[in-house]
Amino acid sequence: MSPVRKSLFYRIDGVMIMLYVILVIIGLLAVFSVEHRSTDLTIFIANKNYSKQVIWFGYSLFLGFLILLTDSKFFASTAFLGYTVGVVVLILTIFIGVDVKGSHSWLGVGSFRFQPGEVCKIFTSLALAKFLSLPETNFKTLRHRLLGVALAMGPAVIILLQNETGLALVYFCFLLVMYREGLPNAVLVLGFSLIALVLGTLLVDRKVFFIILTVLALITAYLMRSALRRRMEPRIILISIWAVCILFSQLAVPMVFKHGLKQHQIDRIYSMLGKEVPIEYNKNAEEGDEKKVNASEYNVLQSKIAIGSGGFTGKGFLNGTSTKNQFVPEQNTDFIFTAVAEQFGFLGSFFLIGIYVSLMLRIIFVAERQRSAFTRIYAYCVASILFFHFAINISMTIGLAPVIGITLPFLSYGGSSLLSFSILIFILVRLDADRQAMIR
Amino acid sequence: MSSAANPRQYIIQIIFLGVASVILLRLFFLQNFESKYKVMANDIAIYKKVVYPPRGVIYDRKGKVMLSNTTIYDLMVTPRNMKNFDTAQFCVAMGLDLPGFLKIMKGVQTRNIDVRQSTFMEQLSPEQTARFQENAFSFQGFELVERNIREYKNATAGIVLGYIGEVSLDMLKKDRYASYRQGDYTGLSGLELQYEEALRGQRGVHFMERDKFNRPKDPYRNGALDTMEISGKSLELYMDADLQSYAEKLMQNKVGSVVAIDPQTGGILTMVSSPCYDPNLLRGRDRAKNYGALYREATRPLFNRATQAAYPPGSTIKPMTGLVALSVGAITPSFGLGCFGSYNYCGRPIACEHHDAGHAANFRLALAHSCNSYFSHIFRMTIDYKGFPNVKVGLQKWHDYFSACGFGRQSGIDLPFEGKGLLPDTTTYNKMYRGVWNSCTVVFVGMGQGELALTPLQMANSMAIIANKGFYYIPHFVKSIGKNENDPQLKKYRERKTVLNIPDSSFSVVQQAMQDVVESGTAIGAKVDGVTVCAKTGTAENKAIVNGAVIKMANHSMFVAFAPREHPRIAIAVAVENSGFGATWAAPIASLLIEKYLKDSVTYKRKAVEEKMFNAKLINKYVYTIDSAIRLRDANNYAARVERKRAAESMKRAQDSLMFVRWMERRGRKK
Repeated sequence: MSPVRKSLFYRIDGVMIMLYVILVIIGLLAVFSVEHRSTDLTIFIANKNYSKQVIWFGYSLFLGFLILLTDSKFFASTAFLGYTVGVVVLILTIFIGVDVKGSHSWLGVGSFRFQPGEVCKIFTSLALAKFLSLPETNFKTLRHRLLGVALAMGPAVIILLQNETGLALVYFCFLLVMYREGLPNAVLVLGFSLIALVLGTLLVDRKVFFIILTVLALITAYLMRSALRRRMEPRIILISIWAVCILFSQLAVPMVFKHGLKQHQIDRIYSMLGKEVPIEYNKNAEEGDEKKVNASEYNVLQSKIAIGSGGFTGKGFLNGTSTKNQFVPEQNTDFIFTAVAEQFGFLGSFFLIGIYVSLMLRIIFVAERQRSAFTRIYAYCVASILFFHFAINISMTIGLAPVIGITLPFLSYGGSSLLSFSILIFILVRLDADRQAMIR
Repeated sequence: MSSAANPRQYIIQIIFLGVASVILLRLFFLQNFESKYKVMANDIAIYKKVVYPPRGVIYDRKGKVMLSNTTIYDLMVTPRNMKNFDTAQFCVAMGLDLPGFLKIMKGVQTRNIDVRQSTFMEQLSPEQTARFQENAFSFQGFELVERNIREYKNATAGIVLGYIGEVSLDMLKKDRYASYRQGDYTGLSGLELQYEEALRGQRGVHFMERDKFNRPKDPYRNGALDTMEISGKSLELYMDADLQSYAEKLMQNKVGSVVAIDPQTGGILTMVSSPCYDPNLLRGRDRAKNYGALYREATRPLFNRATQAAYPPGSTIKPMTGLVALSVGAITPSFGLGCFGSYNYCGRPIACEHHDAGHAANFRLALAHSCNSYFSHIFRMTIDYKGFPNVKVGLQKWHDYFSACGFGRQSGIDLPFEGKGLLPDTTTYNKMYRGVWNSCTVVFVGMGQGELALTPLQMANSMAIIANKGFYYIPHFVKSIGKNENDPQLKKYRERKTVLNIPDSSFSVVQQAMQDVVESGTAIGAKVDGVTVCAKTGTAENKAIVNGAVIKMANHSMFVAFAPREHPRIAIAVAVENSGFGATWAAPIASLLIEKYLKDSVTYKRKAVEEKMFNAKLINKYVYTIDSAIRLRDANNYAARVERKRAAESMKRAQDSLMFVRWMERRGRKK
């Protein structure tokens, strides 16, 4: 430990703060362009959402300032307490929550409303960091691994009960953190294989897929023929993998689609894949009514129109025809990316994605320079959450992912989203500022 | 630090970068290569607003407006904006009852969603407009939208001015209407159709942005792509609006027509096809209904008799017959014929009105008294003239003269759907008589009966030729298009047409004889004080076919004239159908018109004649009988045609199935 410590101001990570501010400002401009009408007499109107967002930004900066003044040990020591409070509030929300579009995930205090699930990501990150950094935790044991997963997934289950699937999915990002901290490689391989299997099942005709899987298995068998000839186990493994895949694609997926998922979920999955819902999965078809244009399909189409029409250089600020005339539903929140892509084109999108990637890589860089495991794990949590939000949100606007209500960090309009992401970042900045001081 | 040893941070970074690259790749293709989204964005957000400029105004020769535009209102409703709405008050104001109101509202709501504006009532009457405007503040959600329609001042000359209407699907297939779209208005008849391109102007296209409720917002790209509308060009006519309404009044309750031409220019001063209709009926929301009613009318007011009807000219052709005879050299002006009431050279006698000896002692006397014998004879002399090898060549020569005067062909007037009339030539007669005929066979043509039939326009034009001593301009209405007298569309009307080479002396003789007609002949009643009028009466025999039987009808009263002789300013033809002698009706009407035009008013002493013409009701009852018979025949013919077509089709089908049966049989036999 160096004898002379520079003041806090010199120790905070300027790059992260800068990227954060750039993103928030892009967000403000985007929300402004969505809300602004050519008939407005003044540029700035107090009761419009962009004005509110400016105020939220002010709150965020103030809160960030408070966080910077807080002792960095505070976050580690109150991690479990915060987590417990968060979970309790989440459970309470199921019962006392305000009904917003069928989900009970919002708490209302006067005119102020917020989503505990959004805030709980912070507590979960802190608690996970705390748990994994405890000296008595040995993440190589199955028991601790399961405990870690339970810690991360607990809130997700509660949020699922609140009927807010999108937000719950975000908690899967903690698996990435745990992978960094020692979950076996197989998790990753298994995950990707599963995704490939699911996509293959949905995209390819079932019989054709059966043949493809079998051919793959035969090729593998041919390549591994010497091993297969010598020993029994590889044969059993290969056959069982093949059997599992066949069972999954031929039986499990159809079963889940027919009996497990609701119609709107099936619609979303197929609209993401850009395919018509097959008749066997179309539950409405039996009732004989004509196919309605389902809402998420419409949203994605409008979103793609806005993005696609932006072209290489975009239509120019406040000149986006789709944005100006409110063609994209939920453009303020979930589809804010369309405003940027339409008005600034591919160049603007490239720049924005570049900033996101820079921020995430910066956070990983910051994480890896920590001596404290707590800070490192926390930083990974932040990066993973950002990554999940960023990847899924933008993917859903361009039809690469199903439409689930996930905000774009720092850009989407909404107080609780901006506040919680700001807090996430500022806590990391605060912890990072003391990287020289603590060894935990 | 231990991080350097941990490779998993790189795997995570690779995952981050990989996903970002996939997204960027997708964006790259979406934004740069999938142009369909650009098209779709324009489709949904850009609204092409077509702005129709006002149609051109039509003025008469004195600058009086004959046809202009006026504003009417459509009542629009946006159901969602209806607040504190008092239905009862609204119904009283707009003259509706509650069920009627609810019916329209229901229609509006099923057609459109609540937030869109749609038409509630089209083309409000002035009273409705006024009552709505008084109470507009209490009818929220309702709005008046301006619309231009045509307005015929004085309500005259409907047949000439024509009317506009929506372009039909058949018209859209034609080249002329390539730039039109369904719902556009276009001239459908008269000058409105003939000068459509000039009158319509150029419509403007304004690109507007619209929001998801389809409400127009800002101009797209600040109007950079817009084209401005250009107003239609105005037309200046030769027509005299006062003369026109005077002529229409004279012709009221008569079937017939009037054409008056300025011989100096070929400009048409008046064109009446009676009975006339109020052109204001053929616009606005009742157009279809009124059109139907006019169409069903037995007197056929929509039929332009002045250019489309072919009348036997009767004696009015005699000046032309004489002119050709003189010009060919078959007779001299002093040629005379002893006529005692009939012409007996061709077997069956031809009756003449006059019996006294010497009424056809020379050309002037013969024309003044309209001697049938004389003109039958000189017609025969013309076509049998010794200069021609035989009668066929003679008739063809005569045909050439008449054709050069504009008979038997379209004059090229600037009105659509012009008729040709009938002018027989050798082919006609060879067909009729299988080649065996002589001058006696066709003798009636010389006195304007038989196979000769002219439109009133052709008659008036022949007067212009005689008045001008051998030249004419194609009769036309329009003097200038958009103040430009040399518009390409008017070029052919500026060319002076010369009629073969008839010597001036022949014209002088004919003019002198026609002057005698008015001063001492059959048309004394057509005299106008202080003006040398040259004229010819006509009483044309005509027949109609009713239920397969040829019936002789009352004579057409015909009259042709020009005045003044020294410096002709008006050439006129009047036809009053089935009313009797030319001198009784057509002559006074023509002379009143000549007087009105040349002197601006009719003298006091002729007021009685004028009054008589105004009040005469000369539409025969059998017009209705004949009309219904004709319509019945047309309907039957149509039904028969349809039936024949169907029978042919079913026969074809039967043959097909028969072939199939035979084919099956053949197959069966083979097995």
